[in-house]
Amino acid sequence: MPNPKNLRYLPTHEWARLDGDVVTVGVTAFAIEQLTEPTYLELPAIGTEVHAGEKFGIIESYKSTSDLYSPVTGTVIERNEPLVDDPATKRKGDPKPVNDDPFGAGWMLKIRLAPGATLDHLLTAEQYDAQLASEHH
Amino acid sequence: MANHRTPLYRWHVEHQARMVPFSGWDMPVQYTGIAAEHHAVRTAVGIFDISHMARVNVHGPEALALLEKVFTNAVATMTVGQVRYGLICNENGGVLDDILVYRWSDSFSAVINASNREKILAWWEQHRTGEVIIDDRTFDTTMVAIQGPQAADMVSAIFGESVRTLKYYHAKPIRYREGDGFISRTGYTGEDGFEVVVPHAVGQPLWEEVVTRGAVPCGLGARDTLRLEAGMPLYGHELKESINPIQAGLGWAVKFDKGPFIGREALLAATTDTTQPRRIGLELDSPRAAREGCPIVAAGDNIGTVTSGSLSPWLKKSLAMGYVRPAFTSPGTLLAVDVRGALLHAKVVPLPFYRRTKNV
Repeated sequence: MPNPKNLRYLPTHEWARLDGDVVTVGVTAFAIEQLTEPTYLELPAIGTEVHAGEKFGIIESYKSTSDLYSPVTGTVIERNEPLVDDPATKRKGDPKPVNDDPFGAGWMLKIRLAPGATLDHLLTAEQYDAQLASEHH
Repeated sequence: MANHRTPLYRWHVEHQARMVPFSGWDMPVQYTGIAAEHHAVRTAVGIFDISHMARVNVHGPEALALLEKVFTNAVATMTVGQVRYGLICNENGGVLDDILVYRWSDSFSAVINASNREKILAWWEQHRTGEVIIDDRTFDTTMVAIQGPQAADMVSAIFGESVRTLKYYHAKPIRYREGDGFISRTGYTGEDGFEVVVPHAVGQPLWEEVVTRGAVPCGLGARDTLRLEAGMPLYGHELKESINPIQAGLGWAVKFDKGPFIGREALLAATTDTTQPRRIGLELDSPRAAREGCPIVAAGDNIGTVTSGSLSPWLKKSLAMGYVRPAFTSPGTLLAVDVRGALLHAKVVPLPFYRRTKNV
């Protein structure tokens, strides 16, 4: 699956898409290929402040557990709720959309950028493609 | 050094398998997904490339003597066509490998873990006395596992009805096209199943025939979740040189009455040692997986370590195996596992986690 040109990337395989001052965040198809199908996802609560390059959550598969890193600095304003457990109703989260459509339906968070925060430090699709090519050799 | 590739490597790549390095080999971890492959083995039939496992023929006048010396299970009492699981231990009882030994009319075969092939060949070379020929056939044979409730239908369609009645842990020679090999009713999935060894020349035709007849290609990812549910130890995790088979709950594969073997005295002492950690099964009260190395905790005390853990695709529970102090091994004991700083409740449960309805 090609890495969309309109997204920016962290070297740790998270993607970010800017709309106004809100950034949608997920993980790349390459991350899912490495992890294999996700079984469990832990995301920060709405209102949590996250920081660029710092851990915001956990993703697990049958094989392994990985930390998720925030591409940007800001405040979580929305989560893709069906992906995660809801303790209030005891509904189990289903992270399958992350496997099936990591750049679309598998989005995880929407983050409102902190004043002055940007996406400038993130990799372009071209730079991220180059990183993957070098990791494959 | 580049990794070894099985004769099926090209097939795996052409069929979109995700290849990973494993014990010096490039192996498929999955084709379509671990859960789907796991379910195929529990409900129908799957096929695994296990050509990375070492296959060694042992023959000559002193072959039996060598195997009795280096293997914890009894060899002399095996009937022709019988297969036995057992351990290879060092003098301290530490596990060097867990293997299968096959008895043929005038020779033996052994299936050894890929990661231990060179170590075990050297160990046997060191302990041989007299005339023994140790013939490593790993690189000119292909080995596949055909596993699942429909495995018997599959292998009898291919190799003839006589394999359907093969008893559990028994083997027989087969001929596939122009290749001579053998089949055994063994496996590493907790399901009925067979393992087949054939010459390289017919390895891919056999694989393709089994897949064409409907078996689902399965990778090492499903192999690992299947063996975890079945409570089977994996060398490098539940078994290592710092662990003895008594601790691992494998005392049934150690025959003290068969005569001397390497590690016997240490293992005999281990049977009455009440201080050594023991292997247990854990069921976590969480959707999260415990992983190798996670501390096992009781009332704030670190009392053990997880050796394998995963969400179970079939039982849909978070399962783990590990070693704990003997006081904490009773089923029902409530413990906790420290998963990256989160203390998750866990309960000791009997192994295996999953037991099939037996039909053989």
